[in-house]
Amino acid sequence: MGKQQSNVLEERQDFIIYNKKNTKKQASFQCDQQSTSGAVSQRACVYCGARVVLNPITDAVHIIHGPIGCASYTWDIRGSLSSDKEFYRNSFSTDLRERDIIFGGEKKLSAAIDEIMATHDPKVIFVYATCVVGVIGDDLGAVARQAEAKYGIRVIPVQSSGFAGNKSSGYKAACDAILDLMSSADSTRPPVTAKDPKAFNFLGDFNLAGETWLVKRYFEEMGVKMITAITGDSTCEALQNAPNASFNIVQCAGSMHYLANHMKETYGIPFAKISFYGIEDIVDSLRTIAALTRDDDVIRRTEALIQREAEKTAFALNAYKKRIAGKTVAIYVGGGFKAISLIKQFNDLGLKSVMVGTQTGQKDEYEVIQDLAEEGTVILDDANPTELENFIKEKGADLLVGGVKERPLAYKLGVAFIDHNHERKHPLCGFEGALNFAKEVDLTLNSPVWQYLKQSDKSDADHGNIKSIEPIEKFA
Amino acid sequence: MNRNYVNLNTNPCKMCMPIGGCLALKGIEQTMVMMHGSQGCSTYMRRHISTHYNEPVDIASSALNEKETVYGGEKNLKKGLANVIKMYEPKIIGVLTTCLAETIGEDIRAISESFKTENNVSDLDIVTIATPGYGASQYEGYFAALKALVTYFAKDANPSSHINVITTLMTPADQRLLKEMLSDFGLSFVLLPDISETLDAPYETQYHKIPKGGTKREDIARMGGAIATIEIGQLVYDEISPGYALYATHGVPLHRLPMPIGITQTDALLDLLSKLSGNAIPDKYVKQRGRMLDAMVDSHKYNGEGRAAIFGDPEIVLATTALCAENGIKPEIIATGTQSKTFKQFVETLSFSGKESAAILDDTDFDTIQKLVRERGVNLLIGNSDGKFVMEKEGVPLVRIGFPIHDQVGAQRKCYIGYEGSLRFLDDLTNTILDHKHMHYRRNVINTYFKPTEAVEKGAIGYDA
Ligand code: SF4
Ligand code: SF4
Repeated sequence: MGKQQSNVLEERQDFIIYNKKNTKKQASFQCDQQSTSGAVSQRACVYCGARVVLNPITDAVHIIHGPIGCASYTWDIRGSLSSDKEFYRNSFSTDLRERDIIFGGEKKLSAAIDEIMATHDPKVIFVYATCVVGVIGDDLGAVARQAEAKYGIRVIPVQSSGFAGNKSSGYKAACDAILDLMSSADSTRPPVTAKDPKAFNFLGDFNLAGETWLVKRYFEEMGVKMITAITGDSTCEALQNAPNASFNIVQCAGSMHYLANHMKETYGIPFAKISFYGIEDIVDSLRTIAALTRDDDVIRRTEALIQREAEKTAFALNAYKKRIAGKTVAIYVGGGFKAISLIKQFNDLGLKSVMVGTQTGQKDEYEVIQDLAEEGTVILDDANPTELENFIKEKGADLLVGGVKERPLAYKLGVAFIDHNHERKHPLCGFEGALNFAKEVDLTLNSPVWQYLKQSDKSDADHGNIKSIEPIEKFA
Repeated sequence: MNRNYVNLNTNPCKMCMPIGGCLALKGIEQTMVMMHGSQGCSTYMRRHISTHYNEPVDIASSALNEKETVYGGEKNLKKGLANVIKMYEPKIIGVLTTCLAETIGEDIRAISESFKTENNVSDLDIVTIATPGYGASQYEGYFAALKALVTYFAKDANPSSHINVITTLMTPADQRLLKEMLSDFGLSFVLLPDISETLDAPYETQYHKIPKGGTKREDIARMGGAIATIEIGQLVYDEISPGYALYATHGVPLHRLPMPIGITQTDALLDLLSKLSGNAIPDKYVKQRGRMLDAMVDSHKYNGEGRAAIFGDPEIVLATTALCAENGIKPEIIATGTQSKTFKQFVETLSFSGKESAAILDDTDFDTIQKLVRERGVNLLIGNSDGKFVMEKEGVPLVRIGFPIHDQVGAQRKCYIGYEGSLRFLDDLTNTILDHKHMHYRRNVINTYFKPTEAVEKGAIGYDA
């Protein structure tokens, strides 16, 4: 680390750098490590990673095998929408108690599956392991196999014991479960002989606030066919059909790169990385998809769509740009993909990123971040509130982008805030999403409330635009 | 049966033990919480607490990984304590266990003691609290933490003229009002915990990593010499009761009361304060009581149409049930996710019509509550935000009380206790019943008399329903 920050922990120094341009990448920069004990990491756990990826599968039953808290804190927290069943919004927990911890929880788990089967008829049940289950040694695989034999459905264990790694390990566990699901389709259905060259899967979209549907409209106009998003608004059957795709497009590489690689190996499906966040990336991505079909008609339609939408959006965006340009942003988000796309989007809007951090970014992602970020930008991995506070203040950021845990901190520091998380209620992807994003940035940065905060500090020379009210003195 | 499924808890109506411990510790001055276990638990709890109070909530974790899970987490915990001290300079660190630490059998007290002898931290107090998530719910975790604090600090019993007031989880606004009441009676007191400032901090230009306020450790140390303890929490049992601990070790007389919500329960508190202080009930409260009675009469016909499902933290559910009972809002479902032997007993002590048929459930879940809401034509949900799922699915409005409330703002500054707070809360209930009726009655009448073949809209109130 360049400068010394007074209360940055020694163990954390290697995870923080000031960006230097035109030099070799700072090799000492660390990421993807275990969190420092006592550092108040903002990270969630393996189980959380697995849950967020699999949860949007709308017609599956998700059973959390563990004590109650793990299920309680994650019930219905993701804004993934469904066009059909809403079964996935329930949180089923085996609610392990002391005696289960002592005697093991396998019996309870299989009894739980029996109860589900007696009242519902799911095709697939995912069973998530939590930390304790890993320690008491319950054999989820064995329970699952027994239940499969008994009911003729898929029961898929998700190896997501919370302590075995971090959120990214959870993404992997989820992808393994999805692969497991895909592999079980073949026997019952006739194999697809000729693949549709225009059929593909969209990996890494979770239909937050309807984002899958938003881009699906583009796909329809282009004349390409999305078999399923993985996993936004997906069904078990659609996922089993995914191997019929001619190619995969992958967004949010943090969680889905692994799956894309495996689908390439197992099913020979090539993939391309895309992103529907920010105008530049949207345009590139639409062209990438069109090119992959090698279909002139598709390419032509895609260009028409791009021209129409890009023009319209650019016009609307200009109004916002004038109001927000020149402000500075601190970014602290879950994965590297999101951080990268945010830096680009802010660049587009004329905002400078002065701090960029992620909870679980990977080495190659941090290299891209270093390329994109300006000289002197603070780059940090697995930050804690103390560091966020330090660098937001040091860099004088006007805006923080983060998750809900970071929001109150931003507000206490008098800094505007953008929620970039799973709970969002408006789409941020596609052309419409890019506009929504600018709108939200403008709304928070230019809210009238900030000027009152300045006023509250009597020693601050800048009292904002707030005029104090003079009493009407009739008899003075 | 308490739940639709025996082996499944579907849509939990409780949280785990350590989050209760965190909430209690957040009301102690200059205190940091250290959770011994894997990272995820503490992150989830931080998220839960900070979205309710809209305050930054820092909780450290020893972030155990695979290796430590096998070989023990002593080194991690010690390093974590050192790091917390470096960043936060707290006076107290409360160490809580999670399921993981309990399952692998970590001795947090021994580790903390050896940390203290190895390091020069004589002014730091480390209070350890066993809170296995699988052991009990947030309710017990909260009191277990308070009891641990009292046991740790309240060593001597120099007689003093103050009283101890220990409360179940209330809002910061509730606690502010409670302090005002105590002062109005001229009582000097120690309030444990005191989240009135820590979890509802005013905006200041200077940010404090550990918010100002909270019960001082010197004050907890004085609790053994008090003339009496008031413990607000009817369901607290002796094993986890800080008030009982003070009685057992120092002979401080213990008065256990329900949350002062509603006329009778507020009366009980004021009568006791009057007795303990030797002062008459101030005129201010006599007037407030009169105003509440006046309003209860004004609203009784609206309230009489209310059929409520009350759920969440057992203490809050009990107190809310009492308020409903006093006002003729019929408690159809009285439910808590916490397992409690005495919950039903206490509900039985309240008198309201239809008690025999009311569903009184402990250790239950929202899947069960939802089914009962539908079956019983409930038109009012009262409880925390987790009830929003039932609200959405069944179209029944939800008035919020308790923790967590993260789909609306302002939970921390709403007052529910005393005559004034109870009345504000009651008005919310009444107005919700009214709104719901106004939204639906035209449609209902049309459907019933004009087009009787069409189904009556679900969840609507009408004399026909
Ligand atoms: S139930 Fe146990 S494991 Fe789950 S969040 Fe609570 S403490 Fe952690
Ligand atoms: S116990 Fe493990 S799985 Fe559950 S919340 Fe904690 S870290 Fe995550």
